[in-house]
Amino acid sequence: MIWTTLILAGLVTFFTRFSMIALLKKDYFSPRVKIVLSYVPSAVFPAIIFPAVFLNSTGQLVFLDNPKVLAAMVAVLVGYLTESVIATILTGLGVLWLLIFFI
Amino acid sequence: MNIQYKIFSKGCLDVIPLLIPVVPFGIIFGVIGIESGLGSTVTFLMSIIIFAGSSQLAFAQLFTGEATTPVIVSSVAIVNSRHFLYSAVIAQYLTKVKLFWKIVLSYFLTDQAFIVSQKYFKQQPKNKDRHYHLLGSGFTLWFVWQLSTIAGIVLGEVIPKQLNLAFAVPLTFISLIIVDIKKIDHLIVAITSGVFAIIFFNLPLRTYIIVAAAAGILVAYGLSHTKLYRK
Repeated sequence: MIWTTLILAGLVTFFTRFSMIALLKKDYFSPRVKIVLSYVPSAVFPAIIFPAVFLNSTGQLVFLDNPKVLAAMVAVLVGYLTESVIATILTGLGVLWLLIFFI
Repeated sequence: MNIQYKIFSKGCLDVIPLLIPVVPFGIIFGVIGIESGLGSTVTFLMSIIIFAGSSQLAFAQLFTGEATTPVIVSSVAIVNSRHFLYSAVIAQYLTKVKLFWKIVLSYFLTDQAFIVSQKYFKQQPKNKDRHYHLLGSGFTLWFVWQLSTIAGIVLGEVIPKQLNLAFAVPLTFISLIIVDIKKIDHLIVAITSGVFAIIFFNLPLRTYIIVAAAAGILVAYGLSHTKLYRK
């Protein structure tokens, strides 16, 4: 099962990259399609971020008493100020560890 | 030194500054691959077969949630749909190269390689060998991605679970959109998607990612008609 999934996922990924290179002689997408595609990361990644931050291991929504929420908020703030991928990730992990192991 | 090799090397060099976040990202993927129970072989081969970091992380995340093949594959497709855009932009520069080249270069068409090579292509409207630049940038990124994945796999085998390294997944995704969501239109799309994901989290087969992404894209489509959209 895992191998079928992996190979299909690989083919699909390759297809997204090869599609227009294979088909087109020119840049073909309408400006509107390009605009909408430019939103894809903002439309997809929060669907992974939010449950991982706000839900506990049993899928319950937990705002208070949830170290991940505070850690993520600090990470967003640091990311906002520094625009650094590494600073964002390390801050978030650092705050989480601080909350879990020391407080 | 022949001209093609020179262009290839330029591609390799141009992409280096963009590799800094790629290394921790690859390590995180390797660690998460092990922690989510994919095993070292699948984790390692995923970096070769899919070769697209964020979709690989989504794959690992969904795998722990015991999602089915169609759900995982369509989530990977949605995460990677931004490549259609890259493909369309790069296509106009590759009309004269052979099919074999098109296949190889498509495989190497990552975010980082796209950014640097598209810039180079624009500056070289008449250069017949310019596609070597994308080979250089793509290959360099590929090589670093594989090394970082291996480092992550090794680390994943020894890092204790109590460290909650799985939390690096949402953090990585936050870092990937943090610049975009400074713009109000992107922020609206992101919050829509996130709230939908929470509301529909208990849908069968972990289909919430698809529902949430669809909601986000619909809002984006709506916003593209308004003044909130700015270039």
